[in-house]
Amino acid sequence: MTAFALRRVRVAEVERVADEVKRFRLVDASGAALPVFSAGSHVLVTMHGANGHVWKNPYSLISAPDDGSGYEISVLRLASSRGGSAFMHDGVQPGTELHISEPVNLFPIARQGHKHILVAGGIGITPFLAMMQELAALNANFELHYKVRGLGRAPFCDRLLADYGSRVHLYRSDLGQAFPLESVLSEQPLGTHMYVCGPAAMINWALQVGRAVGWPQENLHSERFTAPPPGRSFTVKLARSRRDIVVGPQQSILEALEQHGIDAQYLCRGGACGQCETRVVACDGALQHNDHYLTDEEKKSGEKIMICVSRAAGSTLTLDL
Amino acid sequence: MLISDIKSRPVYAGLEPDLFASSNIVVCDRAGAAAVADMLRTANGDFAAKTTVFLCAEDFVTPQALEAQIENLKPAATIPLPNLNAAVAALGERLFRAKMGTRVYAAGSEPLIGSTVQRAARFGVDHRSVRCEHRGSLKRRVQCVHCKGMTDDVTVSPVRCSNCGLMLTVRDHYSRRLAAFQGVRADAEVPGEIPEQQVLFQ
Ligand code: FES
Repeated sequence: MTAFALRRVRVAEVERVADEVKRFRLVDASGAALPVFSAGSHVLVTMHGANGHVWKNPYSLISAPDDGSGYEISVLRLASSRGGSAFMHDGVQPGTELHISEPVNLFPIARQGHKHILVAGGIGITPFLAMMQELAALNANFELHYKVRGLGRAPFCDRLLADYGSRVHLYRSDLGQAFPLESVLSEQPLGTHMYVCGPAAMINWALQVGRAVGWPQENLHSERFTAPPPGRSFTVKLARSRRDIVVGPQQSILEALEQHGIDAQYLCRGGACGQCETRVVACDGALQHNDHYLTDEEKKSGEKIMICVSRAAGSTLTLDL
Repeated sequence: MLISDIKSRPVYAGLEPDLFASSNIVVCDRAGAAAVADMLRTANGDFAAKTTVFLCAEDFVTPQALEAQIENLKPAATIPLPNLNAAVAALGERLFRAKMGTRVYAAGSEPLIGSTVQRAARFGVDHRSVRCEHRGSLKRRVQCVHCKGMTDDVTVSPVRCSNCGLMLTVRDHYSRRLAAFQGVRADAEVPGEIPEQQVLFQ
């Protein structure tokens, strides 16, 4: 979204916190204080790679929400990545300058809730690091249930155990420990909320378990960002501005538009927020919906597309832009 | 005169059984009981067996009619309560010990729905998760914005505030926290000039 003020930040610390996971501390490049944020917020980090490649990836803020002296994020290097996470791991050192958006919260704590169950898988722990600090400061009742592959693979385990003790429940798949989510959710008092973040399959599973034990939808919260998946190249025709733009195999529609100087609306760039919803005028092949925003019926109707993550299988896609 | 298209005017989606819920608690009045019976019929006996109905008995004309309705709602366990306050208190007692998986429903007049949602909210139940159906009377509970007093069973506007005696125009502005519509002084513009009373919420 063009309304976003970008903020120039300097990397103050880089720490390896687990295999393939690094923590970065970002401070305002001009030394100003950063705005406080609400737990669950993320920022978009803009990275400029070699040969003009630009990535804008959403990362959850993991530092204390009321601490304006710096923001911290944590990045897993993704093997299948389009390069953003690899750039953060290989190209960013203390002193590197980056741009970030203002914090946006698509995963807020339900403040009227009486108890909070946080369910994390792997790097999905990140939004909860800030949430737990906020919940602890509010003296709220909460538990973390954290599924990890092994201690070396799971960031922040030691810190979490030290800070929150028996509120932290670890399930190690390297030891074959099962994740007893069903019994956890079956035993909660009224007014409890569940929050889940992790791999897509885990999120789907946790939401399903929640519904199966009779929790209302309103008490089940999830956050997932999808990196725009690659695919075949195709042409986007802009019906209103009468332009043709080619979307490359590694690009999202949104990125292709931006590369040609066309501003489109966005907020999360991960198929979660709905901001980039665009009307489809025509399409000569199937739409490949990759978002978590449109309902199944909307996806089937073929009338809308989330241009930050979704693509078209045919050769041309005409959009109401 | 009604002031409408006000956003806070609630809409009720209608009763629908949550087949996943481990237990169901329903608050209803005589008109709402018909909606509950419909819901029990669309679900299976398994759902009804997990369901408790708190039935406000005050608008049943005879004890036989009440008995017949209790019979009609079987196999759900129906507990008759003398009035809405008693029914909402019974709901609160249940919710005090309840676990997630307990689903709350309300069917009947708007004050009944509002009071049920309000009581459930005290136990952390999100108002959107209470399944509601409006049946029967359109009567409203009205809060006087001047003295804050509540007037119950309002079917007309303007209406006299039962607390301070001002004549109030009943607005569509609804407070979920108070479970009441707002009443504002009817002759605020020209003192003494009170529009003709109309029956609006029969
Ligand atoms: S920008 Fe959030 S869904 Fe596309």
